[in-house]
Amino acid sequence: MTDFIPAFDFHRVFVEPWTQSASNFAWIMVMGFLVTTACGLVGNYLILRRMALVGDAISHSVLPGLAVAFLLSRSRGSVAMFIGALGAGILTTVIIEMIHKKTRVKQDAAIGIAFSTLFAIGVILISLFADKVDLDQDCVLYGEIAFVPLEPFSTLAGISLGPPSVVRMALITLLTILAIALFYKELLVSSFDSGLAESMGIRAPVVHYGLMALLSVVVVSAFESAGAILVIAMLIIPGATASLLSTRLPTILFLSVLHAALSSFLGIHLAVWLDCSMAGAMVVMAAVFFCLAWIFSPSQGLLQRVMCSRDDFTQLNETQTQHEHDGGGTKVNPSSNRRKQPR
Amino acid sequence: MKSHSPFTIHHSRRRLSYVMVTALLFLGVWLSPVHAAKIGEISETHIGEQALRFFTFQDAALCYALIGSVLLGITCGLLGSFIVVRRMALMGDALSHAVLPGVALGFLWNMNKDPVAIFVGATLVGLLGSATVGLITNTTRLKEDSAIGMVLAAFFAVGICMITMIQHLPTGNKSGVDKFLFGQAAAISEGDVRLMAIVTVLTILIIVVFYKEFLVTSFDAGFARAAGFPTRLIHHAMMLLLAFAVVISLQAVGVVLVSAMLITPAAAAYLLTDRMHRMLWLSAFFGMAAGALGAFFSFLGNNLPTGPFMVLACSTVFGLAFLFAPRHGAFSRWLRQRSRSARVQRENTLKSLYHVLEARDFHGESVSFHELAEQRHETVEDARNQAIQLQHHQLTTLHDETDAILFTPDGWQRACAIVRNHRLWELYLTNAAHIPADHVHEDAEKIEHVLGEEVVLQLEKRLQYANKDPHGRPIPSLHDARQEASATPASGELVGYGKKIDHD
Repeated sequence: MTDFIPAFDFHRVFVEPWTQSASNFAWIMVMGFLVTTACGLVGNYLILRRMALVGDAISHSVLPGLAVAFLLSRSRGSVAMFIGALGAGILTTVIIEMIHKKTRVKQDAAIGIAFSTLFAIGVILISLFADKVDLDQDCVLYGEIAFVPLEPFSTLAGISLGPPSVVRMALITLLTILAIALFYKELLVSSFDSGLAESMGIRAPVVHYGLMALLSVVVVSAFESAGAILVIAMLIIPGATASLLSTRLPTILFLSVLHAALSSFLGIHLAVWLDCSMAGAMVVMAAVFFCLAWIFSPSQGLLQRVMCSRDDFTQLNETQTQHEHDGGGTKVNPSSNRRKQPR
Repeated sequence: MKSHSPFTIHHSRRRLSYVMVTALLFLGVWLSPVHAAKIGEISETHIGEQALRFFTFQDAALCYALIGSVLLGITCGLLGSFIVVRRMALMGDALSHAVLPGVALGFLWNMNKDPVAIFVGATLVGLLGSATVGLITNTTRLKEDSAIGMVLAAFFAVGICMITMIQHLPTGNKSGVDKFLFGQAAAISEGDVRLMAIVTVLTILIIVVFYKEFLVTSFDAGFARAAGFPTRLIHHAMMLLLAFAVVISLQAVGVVLVSAMLITPAAAAYLLTDRMHRMLWLSAFFGMAAGALGAFFSFLGNNLPTGPFMVLACSTVFGLAFLFAPRHGAFSRWLRQRSRSARVQRENTLKSLYHVLEARDFHGESVSFHELAEQRHETVEDARNQAIQLQHHQLTTLHDETDAILFTPDGWQRACAIVRNHRLWELYLTNAAHIPADHVHEDAEKIEHVLGEEVVLQLEKRLQYANKDPHGRPIPSLHDARQEASATPASGELVGYGKKIDHD
């Protein structure tokens, strides 16, 4: 057990990475930050719309899309992969809607059926054509974020920009921010009050499918380098943490970005310390922050609840005794009046 | 409590059959030979030979894989039925992901794949996961789906970290812990099968003994609480059984796809029947069949992961149920809808025929295609097609040479009934709901096709047997329709139905 968890050495965990392989390390961290930010921002809206698990489903079911695209195009060209995965993502939402609307099977079961079927098809394709598909089942789950800096850097007009997946993810993150900024009002209104949205002339299905398309784009581009687990977790955890701390949407969006930055920074160091999967460690850090928010949140934290309930209890006792006095008084008076009246 | 006794007799008979089935299964498990090659070690052979091997049950390892898959199919199918009707389908998903750290802990216990240690570790962590979901939903504003997603992702990430750490250990590389992610039935050992058999028997026993409690709390939690059932206790028992089911399925199906074995067979059964006990049987059967098929295909393809094939088998069953289930299937529904709209169409044509006759005060009994077309604002061709439809259903007779449509007795009765429904409803809306007379037509157009005989009689009674609609036209009474219909037509060619209706 002692060699299972290595001893914590501040120098090895926090200083060495930055002195010995700073550029590699920085790229991994930037990638983690971009993935968590994009997922976190989109995830906020999923949580508001009670669709948190649709993100989970989509991130599982892009697998067959990737496999089919790979088999057809015979290359790991990102355009084909992108189209394949996007198609699979949209297919998932359509299947879920179809099962949910056409039969009496509820939405949760429909989600479970849709994603597991597609994921199973993906795994079978990968293992049947294992020699032809350059995809690994495990890498699908963990991702290979540690290999990001090893890619040949993409260049633009002679200037080296960075690893292509980081560049792509940066563009997607920008796109996400832009989309949220441009359609802020539409997303806000349709998420909170579909009736009001309708009366304002906002078409709910258009917003819905737009959001789903954005979600698929983010999931697909994050998936290949960061793995399903990071994507699923980051769609939910930053938004959930932020919504424990605030009730205003702008604040929540800001907090989820902050949460993303903190968890990718600390997560990567956790991974160095424990020598484990980097994506996994980032999620663990994110979960730790969620727990902190859960305990210490000023409005609905556990600590606050415990103190509040003690206050409430004493308050309740006081009001109850007072009420008994009042109640007793009002009861006595009318009855005595009534008794007096006949006389 | 007298009314209780037939139920108990029925109940005990079912219990007996359950016990017999499980006893047989048990026997099979204990008698199966020990020690043999794992499926993966069997050399490449022809697919036909492989299939033959499968059906002759030569290999003990194959027997274990098959029995294990069948057992987990039964367990998952039974428990899945309850979680599907309780709308907790994704709880199974959360649980199956949450057990991963437990698996790793069980492995770390003494650094090998000891089924019991892994079972205990995984069950405990799984329960911790489900308790955390409950705690998050109870103490924060987060909704259940977010809480499930949170727990799923966080626990799974911890599990992934631990598994990668184990793999980085000097002894960890050959551990095979990563086989838990996608499942490999070939890795099922004798000990695993014994554990699965125990869990299956336990699940069946608990469901049989506490069937009523599970049933009531699943369908009407409020009533169950009011009737004094320990709903919380039952919920936790359900979670415990669910954790057991997930844990025994891990080896064969894998963490990621266990939830499908819970949800999909049960959802397919849910589409096929409305009775819980039938749903349980069906779902267990689907799970069993899917387990066997999964083991078979994985064996055919030599070392393919088992879980995805089981899941695909389940999904195929669900797809068939989705399309062709007699009541809830999409295709059957579409058929029903089509026949309903065809009926509405026919009834509208009958009504038009009636209107034509009424417009000329029921002089003459035949209606020409031209008149019908004019009444319906359609081309003569369309009118003829509709009249032909009516003839197919023996509601009218056509006489092409004289260009005439005549009611049959059935047709006349049907037409009277529709017009009657329409006018009664118009009258009801103006009298009882005080809607102006010029606004009631559209509503009556829709309702006339669905009013049943009982409702019509009640309406009539409530309207004090009025015989004029708000527009002043006579309402044909049931009496009219029947009397005319029962009269035998004269032998002349152009005699149909449609005698003058005379009121006041």
